[in-house]
Amino acid sequence: MTATPDTTAQNLSVRLTDTTLRDGSHAMSHRFTEDHVRSIVRALDDAKVRVIEVTHGDGLGGSSFNYGFSLTPELDLVRAAVDEARNAKIAVLMLPGLGTIHDLNQAHEAGASVARIATHCTEADVSIQHFQHARKLGMETVGFLMLSHRATPEKLAEQARIMADAGCQCVYVVDSAGALILEDVSDRVSALVAELGTDAQVGFHGHQNLSFGVANSVFAARAGAKQIDGTLLALGAGAGNSPTEVLAAAFERLGIHTGVDVHGVMAAADDIVKPIITRMPIMDRASIMQGYAGVYSSFLIHAERAAERYGVPAWQILEEIGRAGYVGGQEDMIVDVAVQLASAG
Amino acid sequence: MAKKTAAIVGSGNIGTDLMFKLMRRSKNIEVKYMIGVDPASDGLARAARLGITTSAEGVDWLLAQDELPDFVFECTSAKAHQVNAPKYKAAGIHAIDLTPAAVGPYLCPVVNLDTLEDVLNVNMITCAGQATTPVVAAVSSVVPVDYAEIVASIASKSAGPGTRANVDEFTETTAKALEVVGGAKRGKAIIIINPVEPPMIMRNTVYCAIPAAAAEPGELQDRIRAAIDDAVVKIQDYVPGYSLRVEPQFDAAREDWDGNGRVGIWIQVKGAADYLPEYAGNLDIITAAATRTADLLAERMDAALPATPVGA
Repeated sequence: MTATPDTTAQNLSVRLTDTTLRDGSHAMSHRFTEDHVRSIVRALDDAKVRVIEVTHGDGLGGSSFNYGFSLTPELDLVRAAVDEARNAKIAVLMLPGLGTIHDLNQAHEAGASVARIATHCTEADVSIQHFQHARKLGMETVGFLMLSHRATPEKLAEQARIMADAGCQCVYVVDSAGALILEDVSDRVSALVAELGTDAQVGFHGHQNLSFGVANSVFAARAGAKQIDGTLLALGAGAGNSPTEVLAAAFERLGIHTGVDVHGVMAAADDIVKPIITRMPIMDRASIMQGYAGVYSSFLIHAERAAERYGVPAWQILEEIGRAGYVGGQEDMIVDVAVQLASAG
Repeated sequence: MAKKTAAIVGSGNIGTDLMFKLMRRSKNIEVKYMIGVDPASDGLARAARLGITTSAEGVDWLLAQDELPDFVFECTSAKAHQVNAPKYKAAGIHAIDLTPAAVGPYLCPVVNLDTLEDVLNVNMITCAGQATTPVVAAVSSVVPVDYAEIVASIASKSAGPGTRANVDEFTETTAKALEVVGGAKRGKAIIIINPVEPPMIMRNTVYCAIPAAAAEPGELQDRIRAAIDDAVVKIQDYVPGYSLRVEPQFDAAREDWDGNGRVGIWIQVKGAADYLPEYAGNLDIITAAATRTADLLAERMDAALPATPVGA
């Protein structure tokens, strides 16, 4: 049974982390420039967003054939963000197995002060050395349990404990596929809160594939989440992320304190991000399928490319990816699946 | 020729799989000792049942024996091998290192065994290194490869505590071997651990940057295909479950690839299920490569002895 959500919300407060410049990088095919970063960081900082994530969409070291090469080296983007921010902390994402401690050191030297370390939701133990190292560097630490819909609340809590014991200060329920719906989120967040107590905070990162990003974030906050992710204009993988400006507005209306200037983030989305982006996130057949079949959101653009090349619909590739149970980082399987589907006719 | 003797040091998954592989598939090697540090280990118990001399007292016990082995297979950890390597060397024992310690040169038996002169200590890279360096070497035998990248996916159940605690070492070692053994100017390696049930069979995707001309249909591209096919056949000789999932895929040159084209190769490694089930091709390919390496080195040692009669 789920505990009755605290609907009074009198004392609730959450910290919003904006990841337009990391998760949004997927939707930009990793083409952000230093100018983009400076203008977006400036607008977010002015709007009192206190944590801004800047990295290749797949985290440090993500620039590759498999995930797409960065137009501008991500460390240059991190340095630009650090230089531009007056109050906000700059965060970086890293996925063990893809990025390394060496990459983390370089990001730290570039001025990043929050290390967000992501693993598949059942494989938290691969991140132990990275959390220990990030803490040794004096960085604030956040853990990402990706594709959280693939684990029960109990299993997720057990994995969160591994991260917390390694030095993680806030463990996120990450809905990488946009597959969680309402109580799916609050049950998971509650389980983590119960397990971690005062040892670490709990966070939530939502996607819009089934349109629940903001509603799920509210359920997360009411279940005790203290950190919530969003992106301006929902710019992000799949059908995009929970929009930061909508989160800020909705939380204010619900009396959940964020400290963020609602007008400021609305202006940032409309005036700064909209002219930059090359593609508006959209709930279409392929991205809805991601939420429905439980597919890692960043597979979308790669599936669209494979669809074009091999003549198989993107939604069908993604449905098959969901059936096979591939996890974050396995973008290489998309071509394999497309070729098999094409030859099956 | 008389079989050479071997000790396996480390009685975990890798050591135990290697024991079965040597006993079932090696022409030239006889397992004489299995050494661990935990008397309760499953691997030591299995070895004892198969009539192998076992000890839970570590390498110093082994080196105190009257009859030293010709070969030692290090299946412990990189740290342990760094300590053990000088001891093996002093005792004149050939070391085949299955940890990422890389005290000796990286070795993939179908790529660079013939070119190595000092083989008293050789390193087997990583499972992904054994699966991918021969393919990168095949491509770079035809055209220059500015950059090679591999993505290895392994089943969660096949990723032991050593792999999990050292993913950085894994990716860094594999990336380096893509350069040193594969011949790429720059290498990058990615590892993904997937918990899906039933467990997924080990997969490796190899991407090589190739000159624009080679990405277009023609003679160069045909030679690349032939070189890849040839490498696959050679590996299948000791890893029968090694296969391409699809034909190599060529992508035309792109500006964001520094004007290079690309060839992608999708590999599946189904294990022989000597110890862990067949999904654990990652275990299989490194123990199979170590077995093949020892067989070849044993032949080389005998060939180096002038007194060995022909046909013995």
